[in-house]
Amino acid sequence: MAAFILKRLLATIPVMGMVAMVVFLILRLSPGDPAAILAGDAATPEMIEQIRANLGLDRPILVQFGAWLWQLLQGDLGNSLLSLQPVSATIGRCFGPTLSLATTTIVFSVIVAVPLGVVAAWKHGTWIDRSVMGLSVVGFSVPVFVLGYGWIYAIALWLRLLPVQGFVPITEGIGLFLSHLVLPTLTLSVIFIALIARMTRASVLEILTEDYIRTAHAKGVSERRVLVHHALRNAAVPIVSVIGIGIALLIGGVVVTESVFNIPGLGRLTVDAVLARDYPIIQGVILVFSAAYVFINLGIDLAYTVFDPRIRY
Amino acid sequence: MNSAQRLTRWTAAAAAVLAVAGVGAEPARAQDQKTLKAVMTTPARIIDPIFTTAYAARNHGYMVFDTLFALDEKFEPQPQMVKEWSLSPDQLTYTFTLRDGLKFHDGAPVTSEDCLASIRRWGANDGMGQKLMDFTKEMTAVNDKTFKLELKEPYGLVLQSLGKPSSNVPFMMPKKAAKTDPKQQIALADHIGSGPFKFVLDEFKPDTKVVYVKNPDYIPRAEPPSWGAGAKIVKVDRVEQLNITDAQTITNALINGEIDFVEGPAIDHLPMLTKDAKIKVEILKTLGSIGMVRLNHLHPPFDNVKIRQAVLHAVNQDDYLEAQIGNNEYFKRCAAMFICGTPFGSDVGAPPAKPDLELAKKLLKEGGYDGTTVVVMQPTDIGILAPLAPVTVQAMRAIGMKVDMQSMDWQTLVGRRAKQEPPAQGGWNMFHTTWVAADMVTPVQNLGVNGRGKTGGWFGWPEDKEVEALRDEFARATDVAKQKKLADAIQKKAYEDVMWIPTGVYYEPSAWRTNLAGVLKSPFPAFWNIDKR
Amino acid sequence: MTVLAPSGEALLAKPRRVGLFGQLRRNPAVIAGAVVLAVLVVVAALAPWLHTVDPEFLKPRFRLRAPSAAYWFGSDALGRDNYSRVVYGARISLFVGVTVATLALLLGTTIGLVAGYVRLLDAIVMRVMDGLMAIPGILLAIAMIALSKASLTTVIVAITIPEIPRVARLVRGVVLTIREEPYVEAAIASGTRLPLILWRHVLPNTIAPLIVQGTYIAAAAVLTEAILSFLGAGVPTEIPTWGNMMAEGRRVFQIAPWTIFFPGVCLAVTVFAINMMGDGLRDTLDPRLAKRL
Repeated sequence: MAAFILKRLLATIPVMGMVAMVVFLILRLSPGDPAAILAGDAATPEMIEQIRANLGLDRPILVQFGAWLWQLLQGDLGNSLLSLQPVSATIGRCFGPTLSLATTTIVFSVIVAVPLGVVAAWKHGTWIDRSVMGLSVVGFSVPVFVLGYGWIYAIALWLRLLPVQGFVPITEGIGLFLSHLVLPTLTLSVIFIALIARMTRASVLEILTEDYIRTAHAKGVSERRVLVHHALRNAAVPIVSVIGIGIALLIGGVVVTESVFNIPGLGRLTVDAVLARDYPIIQGVILVFSAAYVFINLGIDLAYTVFDPRIRY
Repeated sequence: MNSAQRLTRWTAAAAAVLAVAGVGAEPARAQDQKTLKAVMTTPARIIDPIFTTAYAARNHGYMVFDTLFALDEKFEPQPQMVKEWSLSPDQLTYTFTLRDGLKFHDGAPVTSEDCLASIRRWGANDGMGQKLMDFTKEMTAVNDKTFKLELKEPYGLVLQSLGKPSSNVPFMMPKKAAKTDPKQQIALADHIGSGPFKFVLDEFKPDTKVVYVKNPDYIPRAEPPSWGAGAKIVKVDRVEQLNITDAQTITNALINGEIDFVEGPAIDHLPMLTKDAKIKVEILKTLGSIGMVRLNHLHPPFDNVKIRQAVLHAVNQDDYLEAQIGNNEYFKRCAAMFICGTPFGSDVGAPPAKPDLELAKKLLKEGGYDGTTVVVMQPTDIGILAPLAPVTVQAMRAIGMKVDMQSMDWQTLVGRRAKQEPPAQGGWNMFHTTWVAADMVTPVQNLGVNGRGKTGGWFGWPEDKEVEALRDEFARATDVAKQKKLADAIQKKAYEDVMWIPTGVYYEPSAWRTNLAGVLKSPFPAFWNIDKR
Repeated sequence: MTVLAPSGEALLAKPRRVGLFGQLRRNPAVIAGAVVLAVLVVVAALAPWLHTVDPEFLKPRFRLRAPSAAYWFGSDALGRDNYSRVVYGARISLFVGVTVATLALLLGTTIGLVAGYVRLLDAIVMRVMDGLMAIPGILLAIAMIALSKASLTTVIVAITIPEIPRVARLVRGVVLTIREEPYVEAAIASGTRLPLILWRHVLPNTIAPLIVQGTYIAAAAVLTEAILSFLGAGVPTEIPTWGNMMAEGRRVFQIAPWTIFFPGVCLAVTVFAINMMGDGLRDTLDPRLAKRL
């Protein structure tokens, strides 16, 4: 197991190298020009040309890549072209809000969705099953921003219970921190609850038809025990996969939720940087993402072995 | 493990996660401070106001830095940092003396050397600044507080240039910052001005907020405030400009009292704001903004003046304004390239208000339009720009032109519009943008009537020697009546040549909670004079 | 007809009397789902004859009109007829949703099966997938548009690529469990060739989670397409899609909810229909479940 983990950790390096190269190429092939953005709307073409030269963006792609790589090897992600701030500080700043929202959302979604899915599978074909599944379809298809504005209207503006927007770090008080996270969590959870509940239902349903479950029933094992110990445990692998995918998605940032609730997270940072062609930020963010995904996926793979001891590495 | 242990373990894990989440938090501040929370239309990210023409940097400049002169609401340049000035009888030498006690935020006095370095850096980047430098023979410091500007020949726009209200504004910076390569941003630590607010470097988080605090050492002028001129008295302790991107969230946050001031709420949301007794909605930028259709003069079909004129006669300002704004309290037809209601605003040369499709079709025929596809770039991520292109496209199709409207993000457009190649090789035929009216009020500033063509012109590159000669003459003219005549002649020629098509003027009102008092009308957001109860 | 059933259980399962389609035809969920989808497809195909006007025609003076006799579904912020845009929008939205889901499932499943089964390839393939997940779709879309031009194909590819690793990961997870099952080990021991094992034993077991994932991808694709057009990297905005209608309606949601309501309902109905078909399909294809029902 230890060897497996070590091997996986070593594997991050080539993955990140590959991602770095691909992203660098993609960026330089994309239209748009940071120099033009920096100069502003009223700048003349000559001005833009000079800024480009100053930033070194007129050098051949390979030379630029080499320069960036060299910088990277010295542990420097560079500075934002726009705000001149260090990329590492910017990413660090945006990581807290994203991590907070991802944690609350996943915890809440799992707590709600897994029992719902199990119950739906257990009561397969009844009205309970149908309503859970019906709601989950609605959960898929309602745009996130509609949910967000809906919660804001009802709970923040009408009942005046919670703030409309913003993120407050936990150091300014846990109450304040949580009160700003409730609505975004509720908003974001809907789609994850829908997905996890459906996945749980489908997987548990499949296990429930297995022979050993029928044997357990025949032996008089209680329904609850059958569901939790036999069915859920054996259905865990796809459920864990989906939860893992969910975590990965959340760490990648959820642009719409972050902009509706004004949470300064990684999702907004990425899209803003892409739209502004702030190359150093984009490169840095994606490097961090690729490392994060390797770790998350390692976690998922380890979780498989916990839930299904037959899986070995 | 029993359930209590399990619980503890979970709590510990949760606490660990939350502790990470709190990294980078700021210390709590005293509650008795007056903090003004504002949302700007474009949040500041690039903040060097001489390096970039972006309005967000200009707004930042007005907080942190100060100007030698400033235009007042009557378009008259008034001294701001300057105490007194004189012009020699031969109209060639200006002498300026700074006010007493001007200090930068680090305590250093503002000197003539600082000002000269600042003017030079601005003169290297700004269009109007370059013109001023062309006319300037020499700039010298007489002493710490007095400096001279000697001209090669009389130039009528010296004070207008130094008091230029919009990008790039000649802000006075310390010599060290002003020595920075004009084509590079000044360092973040160099944002030390002599303006009414201090920039808080530690709290500069452009993705979240930009923070300014009151500069207690600022000595305001005695005159009442009028645009950038007059007294800049700061009445709050702290201004936080929050970066909220979602228009609906901005509106909701204002309604819920989480923010105090919104520079430009979505015009479609105004009914929600005006019905709230605790919110005031008012047009502060009384000059408004103007939309522009820009045609590329280099390539077919718009290398043909008749076909350009066909487009001019096919479009209707009402359509643009309705699509863009939709509420006629906030827009006005305006055919003046130098903006209605300003000294040079006039509709000379403009086509009639109603489009004439028959004439347009006739012009198209005369121009020998052969069905060449017009490539229109449409930026979809900027709410105020997105509706313009579809309106022109519909009008062009109505007179029988073939159009390919390509959607893209604004930055792709900005990169692509600089390409002079034909549309098939990555170029373009048409795009739309908007301008703050203050940037368009003279033929020198107005980039739409720049006729320098492929070298030195603005994207679209119309080449018109006659217009250029008139613009030079305008710059040299020293009396307003003559300037007016020249401006009319330029506009007439610009319309004949269809250098650009104005799509009408619109006004973006600001909104604030009624616990704010003293919000000023100004072509840029002014945070002085505002008090918060 | 028992190709899909694990060989060990083949003796237990009754031979099917009717073919696959016969079974599907008798499943009410499949029929209901299919009917709804068929109606949507017909509506999309017949769009010009369903009392619609040109969905791209702007009438700025008639913007944001509430639903009425003239504008059945109201008008949008540029004064275009919402009803016509919803009807025409079905064309692209259905196509994007179904194509992206199909492509992502096909490619993802293939990769997942190989990675899960061939231990040697697992590490390499999955690390490549990890890397792929890190590249944001919006960046991919902007770059692809640069290389070709904004078109439906670039949008579909840009949305599909980030979905592939997710599907692959899901399938691989299931494969890891299945390959340790006694009957699979038995099949291997008896010398069954690898592709056959995958096809016969492993694939059927991945169908249930895949269908769930597939419906999710289809629904998400329609919305992602919207986000891309909104950011200027999607289908040109003049072409109506449910997604970009909702994205454009976002600004005016609280004052003109109909701009979002109608395309939203259509999307929900489509997703619901795909789900019903998916569930029915699974019940029919998975013999063990069928036995129980």
